[in-house]
Amino acid sequence: MSRLLTMKDIWIEGRSDETWNPIINGVDLHLDRGEVLGLIGESGAGKSTMGLAAMGYCRDGVRISKGSVEFDGTELTTASAAVKRGLLGKRIAYVAQSAAASFNPAHKLIDQHSEAPVQHGVSSRAESSRDGMELYEKLRLPNPDTIGFRYPHQVSGGQLQRAMTAMAMACRPDLIIFDEPTTALDVTTQIEVLASIRDIVEQFGTAAIYITHDLAVVAQMADRVKVLLKGDEVETNETREMLANPQQEYTKSLWSVREFERPAKPAVSTGTTPVVSVDNVTAAYGTVNVLNEVSFDIHQGRTVAVVGESGSGKSTTARCITGLLPPKVGGISFDGATLPLSYKSRTKDQLRQVQMIYQMADTALNPRMSVGNIIARPVEFYLGLKGAEKRRRVDQLLEQIELEPSQYYDRLPSELSGGQKQRIGIARALAAEPRMIICDEVTSALDQLVAEGILRLLAELQDKLGLAYMFITHDLATVKAIADEVVVMKDGRVVEQGPKAEMFQPPHHPYTDLLLSSVPEMDPDWLTNLLAERGVDNIGDAAVDKM
Amino acid sequence: MSALIWILGALIVMAGAGWLLRAVGQKVTNNAPKWRDMPFAVAFGYVVAAAAILAVLYAFVQAYSSDPIVANTYFYAWFVIVSFIFFAVVAWLFRLLGRAVGTAGSRKLFRQMPLTASFGIITILVYAFVAIFADFLAPFAQDAFPGAINVAPGGDPATGGDPNYLLGTDKRGGDILSRIIYGAQNTVGIAFITTLLAFFIGGTLGFLAAIGGGWIDQVLSRGIDVLMAIPSLIFSLLLMTIALVWADGNATFITVSMIIIIAVIDSTRVFRLSRAVGLGIVVMDYIEAARLRGEKFGYVMFREILPNATAPLLAEFGLRFCFVFLTIASLSFLGVGIQAPLADWGSMVRDGAPFIQNLSIINQEWVLQADEATLEMIGIDKMVRQASLPLIPAAAIALLTVAVNFVVDWMLHRSSGLKE
Repeated sequence: MSRLLTMKDIWIEGRSDETWNPIINGVDLHLDRGEVLGLIGESGAGKSTMGLAAMGYCRDGVRISKGSVEFDGTELTTASAAVKRGLLGKRIAYVAQSAAASFNPAHKLIDQHSEAPVQHGVSSRAESSRDGMELYEKLRLPNPDTIGFRYPHQVSGGQLQRAMTAMAMACRPDLIIFDEPTTALDVTTQIEVLASIRDIVEQFGTAAIYITHDLAVVAQMADRVKVLLKGDEVETNETREMLANPQQEYTKSLWSVREFERPAKPAVSTGTTPVVSVDNVTAAYGTVNVLNEVSFDIHQGRTVAVVGESGSGKSTTARCITGLLPPKVGGISFDGATLPLSYKSRTKDQLRQVQMIYQMADTALNPRMSVGNIIARPVEFYLGLKGAEKRRRVDQLLEQIELEPSQYYDRLPSELSGGQKQRIGIARALAAEPRMIICDEVTSALDQLVAEGILRLLAELQDKLGLAYMFITHDLATVKAIADEVVVMKDGRVVEQGPKAEMFQPPHHPYTDLLLSSVPEMDPDWLTNLLAERGVDNIGDAAVDKM
Repeated sequence: MSALIWILGALIVMAGAGWLLRAVGQKVTNNAPKWRDMPFAVAFGYVVAAAAILAVLYAFVQAYSSDPIVANTYFYAWFVIVSFIFFAVVAWLFRLLGRAVGTAGSRKLFRQMPLTASFGIITILVYAFVAIFADFLAPFAQDAFPGAINVAPGGDPATGGDPNYLLGTDKRGGDILSRIIYGAQNTVGIAFITTLLAFFIGGTLGFLAAIGGGWIDQVLSRGIDVLMAIPSLIFSLLLMTIALVWADGNATFITVSMIIIIAVIDSTRVFRLSRAVGLGIVVMDYIEAARLRGEKFGYVMFREILPNATAPLLAEFGLRFCFVFLTIASLSFLGVGIQAPLADWGSMVRDGAPFIQNLSIINQEWVLQADEATLEMIGIDKMVRQASLPLIPAAAIALLTVAVNFVVDWMLHRSSGLKE
């Protein structure tokens, strides 16, 4: 195979606070024609920066300070804008993480598809539209002849991501850079995107750089894997070799993350009053019912994991419990006593008992308030502590979440890492001294190592304080790690519920089965086997629709 | 028609020069990336900027012309150029000073400050200084009319000036320099109070609408829509006319009602902004967390929303200040704003406006052909000097507006940078 892309000794710097700080420190990368390279690492490892550098491009305030990027005989770091314009989009294409944000909402899919070929003079508008429909068919989009005439908001997330892959293919490039193309998708949808990307890359012999933080995904897609850590290369190897026999400590720690699992707790004895009981709740936005007859109990010291895809009503259930969305039918009871439906009519003490931790710590913490003040507010508001007493309690809480009080008390949220922010969110919930905490996708925005730390902390706090958790997630690995009981939801209904041990053992409800089997595994043959087992027409949206 | 042809011709010449500049640049530097990737528009921009600098230089040189008419015509341009350079140098020194002394935080602030922002800050400081110490700085009192009427600016008796009145006198014999200084106090002070009031009203109602939602939002927003539907200058003119009748000559009453009228009309714009900004913040999870905690309205508004809305509101404050300031000047110009003997820049522009017509005299055939004795007899020098009279208060208005906008631009840049 001939060499397509050679990146030698790449050093990249970003400008902040008047100085240039290193982002990538002398990483080498090469790619043959038709080869797929997986680039993995935590956020901030420089994966995306490296991917963009492969196109000879840097974001604003970032520069390639040293090194060379040679694409098929052309040196990209010194190439003129005109030369790069001739290559980008035509011979090198880019697929971004969020297709919804990358498509122009004002134009139809097919018009955006044919823009690049027409611009580059590869084909006429009519030819490229026809070609687009063929690509849509190859990517197994429904109604390939007409779907192109829809606007981006009229198709689902998984379909949009495939349309974007088709768009990248429009000029039949030699190299495509996929930047976390499935991270924002549900597991069931992820499969169809993965399968179609793999197919089309194989079919046209396109080389690809596949950037992701998900090891199981990279195992399906890549021929070779490169692990990055804070701008340094950790190791590179063939995928199978890497999975079977990682050399470096860091790589091993990445591999072992998924092994955290709490021991199962004995079943709750019958007759105990649950902390929170959701009783036959039906709720609606306007006239559309989004929850139908949902019932489950959460007991003291137990974790109930609510699982489902986006739109299944998990978060809406949480909104009903907190009183943000008063249910139409049914009710919520706390310790056996019925709670007022709206949070506005609940007493301070009732509000104190149920606290919430949010998915995005960025938007859950007031960016203009110091960490100390954020945690101190519920302490003062609910418990009436003032002055030194308040300070002592806040310090205590900071110690509980394993952050040094003297160091973090005066910091602003922007001066914290993602995991630390999430810990502050936990401390704020704990400050109210609640009986129950609702965790809404608390780990899904975090790197795996950091997420594991948060899960361990939550488990520890539960054992110490006897808290009840309602754990909303779409990630079954998280469920496996922390849940005592599992509630599976689909389209606003509870499909199946029971203790964790039962839920992970067959026989399953067909939907639970679909969810479970859609979680990528570290086995490189997993996707191939799954497709062989289910057939290409029975994955993703199609499979969900058949339920 | 001929002017159009001239403009078109100049554009074509400049476009050609831009193309040439880029081609030469590429040849000379052997295709350095800066020249190689330069878009044509940028090259054209360089040429236009160079032409503008040449025009300024031409005006500067003309001010030293031996022909007194030409020299007098360019006197004002000379004055503007010199004071611009002076202010720029002062701004540069100011920034240098800020980088050298102060705490680490303030030094960092000055290090990142562009020269335009430094220029704006120093200008605003000078205005504030002049406004506060007007009583000590002004050579004559505000209500004194000591001089002969309509003395030409410049202070040179040869051109109809008087050394006691450097910038001349107005139609009542008031010293223009003193009135400019007092004008800073009146016009800027009143504009500042008015803007504060507009922000208090508009900001409170806007956040109320954002947090409350539902019918509160509907009532407030539709009410504001009604107010905004009336052209603001005509609306304030109408209300001011009514106020003038009620006031019956009471100057304080007129000023107070002007402040309230402009504040209410301008608060509609502030309402729109703070509602929009507030709506963006209200959907954040930390607001939901505060609500679920059971926090009261006041806490949510002042502790959770306001600190996060300061950047856009501060930027709007700067812009709104300029608009209020111009509205006051316009109302004074139209004769319903600040009343004499209170000095005010807007009415000074109006008082001086007729003198602009003097300039049309000097291009007339008989003036161009007249001998020096005749010209001296009709006082042509004085007429030319007087033509620039309205420009002095107008420049005071323009300079402050530009300075405030420089500072606002910088604050906007900073606040957007912080979010990244």
